[in-house]
Amino acid sequence: MEHQNTPKLVSEPLLTLSGVHTHIGQYHILQGVDLVVPRGGLAVLLGRNGAGKTTTLRTIMGLWKASAGSIVFDGRDITKMSTPDIARAGIAYVPESMAVFSELTVRENLYLAARNGPLDQARVDWICGFFPALKKFWNYPAGNLSGGQKQMVAIARAIVEPRKLLLVDEPTKGLAPAIVQSLMMAFRELKDTNTTILLVEQNFNFVRSLGDSVSVMDDGRVAHAGLMHDLALDSALQQRLLGLSLDSHQ
Amino acid sequence: MSATLPIPKAQAAQADTPLPAAKRDLAPLLLVPALALAVLPFVSLPTWVTLTVAGLAMGMMIFIMASGLTLVFGLMSVLNFGHGAFVSVGAFSATMVLLPMRGWLEADSLPANLGVLGLAVLVAMLVTALIGWAFERIVIMPVYGQHLKQILITMGGMIVSEQLINVIWGAEQIPLPLPASLRGAIFLGEAAIEKYRLLAVVVGLVVFAAMFITLNRTKIGLLIRAGVENGEMVEALGYRIRRLFVGVFAAGSALAGLGGVMWGLYKETLVASMGSEIMVMVFIVVIIGGLGSVGGCFIGALLMALVANYAGFLAPKLALVSNIVLMIAILLWRPAGLYSKSRG
Repeated sequence: MEHQNTPKLVSEPLLTLSGVHTHIGQYHILQGVDLVVPRGGLAVLLGRNGAGKTTTLRTIMGLWKASAGSIVFDGRDITKMSTPDIARAGIAYVPESMAVFSELTVRENLYLAARNGPLDQARVDWICGFFPALKKFWNYPAGNLSGGQKQMVAIARAIVEPRKLLLVDEPTKGLAPAIVQSLMMAFRELKDTNTTILLVEQNFNFVRSLGDSVSVMDDGRVAHAGLMHDLALDSALQQRLLGLSLDSHQ
Repeated sequence: MSATLPIPKAQAAQADTPLPAAKRDLAPLLLVPALALAVLPFVSLPTWVTLTVAGLAMGMMIFIMASGLTLVFGLMSVLNFGHGAFVSVGAFSATMVLLPMRGWLEADSLPANLGVLGLAVLVAMLVTALIGWAFERIVIMPVYGQHLKQILITMGGMIVSEQLINVIWGAEQIPLPLPASLRGAIFLGEAAIEKYRLLAVVVGLVVFAAMFITLNRTKIGLLIRAGVENGEMVEALGYRIRRLFVGVFAAGSALAGLGGVMWGLYKETLVASMGSEIMVMVFIVVIIGGLGSVGGCFIGALLMALVANYAGFLAPKLALVSNIVLMIAILLWRPAGLYSKSRG
């Protein structure tokens, strides 16, 4: 079935980065990032390797501190907040490395992420609906799972309780097409629950049909921001921003 | 055209294929009984029983002292060369209860003896936990992530603490006789087993069981294990790992304090340097167990103590180097220790 994206009108921003700079040691990685993530829907952050996408997510999470600029989430300035406070404000993070706790079982990984008490069985069942492998390997150490299954655990951990914003860093990297398909289903389901998602990707084919809005980073700045619908239809713009045209990939 | 990709049937099926059962690494667990049984042909049965119980008791006491250190290293990546200070401080703190209540210790009543001993242990653990908390805040916090500075500053902390012990309790040795009901031995046939060693085995098993249950059956334990593996992700889930650090450091210090009381009663005398003297053994146990592994630490402590006891009886000249030989042998077999975190 064709999933042609219908662009959503830009709603009020849930997350706003204004002139954010981040230094890591002597390196000046983010050089004034301006980024708006509208409430609801899926925002995509594209860019070549080293453009600053992962640094942007880590700066939002407070894992690397912004040296200048401001980050406002849901009306609160979170620029100087600690990572646990940012997480408790309602942001969940799935890093590129997935960072599942390999010694803990799948259940224990999810249980740790459920800060508000025991696991909600109905929600777990809902998650297992699009990640059936989780149920099968429920009591297995997460370290024994395949890369795709670990990615499922990492995403399930982020959504095991409702969060306002989900930050996901390159979830399809190195995964088999079957797993990528499962992830796509999961993101569609999540969009339907009104969870806002900021997805960092390099696989344009994956995000083309998923994204509502898109920002493209280059050299530590946002070089383009707009609707995914517009970018998907504009081969020349893709060529200019991403160095590719979808037509050449189809 | 849709951007979704077709799913190859083979890959779809593969994604659903059950994993083989998780392998349990049992080889290190078998080392302790294997070592004990290997020695049996060379000694009489009563001697073997006596040596084995003595080795297990010594191993349990070393485990109690080392378990806190391995957790602190695993979770916080802190090389605490001052851990021995908590052993000494714990033992000397216990004298604040044991010496004034000597009459209760001399009474021929097991409940009275154990009551006083329990109170002394409680005081020792409380004092060392509080000092551990302050030590982490003042001494360790400025040097997180800087191993060389950690070694220097924690060794400095140990030297200062030894001198403070001399100032507070005096430089003389303090005799610490065992409670009346724990003196002497019980006999299993012809094998003599010292009562205090049996108590040490029981306390060691209780500590190990408590740590095992805490680490595997409670949320705080899961957080510690997760924090050992990836502290950053634990923070990203909304937990304050700094508080966990302090709690673990204080708990590790309290365990060292408990170990100090047990070791002091085992030696029946206290000196300020007792902590630093035992630290060599404690570090060997932590290394051969695998940095950060409580289970490895437990097996490593038992192995080291059993080897020391058996070697001391069978080949006294080799006893001095037996610990080093054991460490070399284990590291040749498993370079990162018996249960290394890095091996997963």
